[in-house]
Amino acid sequence: MSEDRVPEGGERFPPTRWSVIDAARSGDQAERARAMDTLCAAYWKPVYKYVRLRWNRPLDDAQDLTQGFFVQLIERGLLDKYQPAKSRLRTFLRVCVDSYVMNEDKAAKRLKRGGSFSHVALDFAGAEEELGGAVMDPAAIPSPESLEEFFEKEWVRGLFELAVEDLKKYCDTGERERTFRLFEEYDLSGDETISYDKLAAEYGIPATDVTNALAWARREFRRIALERLREICSTEEEFLREARAVFGWEAK
Amino acid sequence: MKFLSDKALERLRTGADEPDLLGTRYRLLERVARGGMGVVYAAEDQKLERRVALKVLDVPGTDGDLANRLIREARVLARLEHPGIVPVHDVGTLADGRVFYTMKFVEGQRLDKFIATVESLHDRLRLFSRVCDAAAFAHARGVLHRDLKPANIMVGPFGEVLVMDWGLAKILHGEVAESAAPADHEVTIYEKPKKPNDGNSDTTSSVITGHGTVMGTPGYMSPEQARGEIEALDARSDIFSLGALLRFILTQRTPSGLNPHLDRSLEAICAKACAEQPGSRYSTVQEFGLDISRYLDGQAVGALRESILDKFGRFYRRYRFFILLILAYLVMRVLLVLFLKR
Repeated sequence: MSEDRVPEGGERFPPTRWSVIDAARSGDQAERARAMDTLCAAYWKPVYKYVRLRWNRPLDDAQDLTQGFFVQLIERGLLDKYQPAKSRLRTFLRVCVDSYVMNEDKAAKRLKRGGSFSHVALDFAGAEEELGGAVMDPAAIPSPESLEEFFEKEWVRGLFELAVEDLKKYCDTGERERTFRLFEEYDLSGDETISYDKLAAEYGIPATDVTNALAWARREFRRIALERLREICSTEEEFLREARAVFGWEAK
Repeated sequence: MKFLSDKALERLRTGADEPDLLGTRYRLLERVARGGMGVVYAAEDQKLERRVALKVLDVPGTDGDLANRLIREARVLARLEHPGIVPVHDVGTLADGRVFYTMKFVEGQRLDKFIATVESLHDRLRLFSRVCDAAAFAHARGVLHRDLKPANIMVGPFGEVLVMDWGLAKILHGEVAESAAPADHEVTIYEKPKKPNDGNSDTTSSVITGHGTVMGTPGYMSPEQARGEIEALDARSDIFSLGALLRFILTQRTPSGLNPHLDRSLEAICAKACAEQPGSRYSTVQEFGLDISRYLDGQAVGALRESILDKFGRFYRRYRFFILLILAYLVMRVLLVLFLKR
């Protein structure tokens, strides 16, 4: 009965693209640039927020340090030292950020970096807005014990934001703008009073259409988020471990 | 890029976690439990209008180790039709790419919880015998469970005993073996084996590798299984687990708060089942079960060489009623004679 569904489900997932770590270690400049973009997209925001909060650096300094960190990561081959079996990539990167900030020789070295290596637009103003007044309010600065948790949460937020962005593009090209709007209102707005019936009334469609649209959007969101995650993991084992952390499967 | 609030993150996680049952005959009801490979939900089979348990993997894909294991588990269950083994209904892949299977929804309690409600030693042993029946049946079909422990035994509302979670099963022979073989090489040992569980230590969680592959539970897995000697495993490995399970069953507090005392025969049975060397254990589950039956019938058990005192004690326990009756009769006779002589 369900045998016929097996290939159908399996085909929904494209072949694995291994991996950004290998690409970052590659001698090929184009490959390394691709790795830089992928890593930057997934990690720049948590790194920036972490530098702001953990190291309490002013805005300009934190921006320079964030950009500089990713350049060094690739150029100095820091990822060569990364061993997936021993730690998670984000933990490794956080430790690298700490040692980078500590060793950074202020302005001189930062000036040498020149133009940005990455093609990813780093929206520092947006990140700053998300941080709100945290840097100014000592009570809002996470304790050293919770910094790991903070970094992880920001990393998950960053990953989900990228996946939502991808989903939006996917919906726009596939003429599913309404589906994305429903998804946005129900799952992204954080409004707990919203219901399927309310959405159905608002859009003048049956509630079952809302159910189906949201099921589709969640499925695609999940697929895209996992694809993004797979890109920044170097082994299947690491991918499964991270997927559990990202979706909170470990804690449940 | 749109900023996602903490509430939105939680909602996305919850939404992404739920299995997408679109196009299937099932309707999601509630989350029941989380295992090493995925989640078990209660669902409604809308065609047959009955409740089923739906086990679904966390991650999509039909060609990974975990997917192979889940499909294999379903196939193992499908070939084990026995009242003591939970029946599987269906296997497939959901629209979100995750492999699932459905099985009978078992309402009841896990043995580790249920055992505290069983007062009598004999009832506990009879319950254990039913676990042995299911394990013996699986062995006869060439299947080792490899993760027998209280948390994997369910006791239903009518006293039915079901052995669950066959995700770690090893196929000794038969057609499922081919698909099972590659996954077994992935097994990694993370912990040294401990002494059989005495019911007090917290060793009920299955050890999993980084792949999420369950490989056994410390305190319940045999030493050879804990050493990763996968090829060497046979029925005696499960017998070790059953011995640890028996010790757990016999040492848990009764509802009246008593700590049961193991007599020498039961102690010998547990020790033989949990012997370090497989050759020193019972060779089959039937032999193990037979010793339990002998004990229940008040006969000598094969695991213990009895002294005269042991034999007398067992004779007394078996014929206590008649012995006491004869003694009472003799006492009455003596008293009567003494009374008449006065």
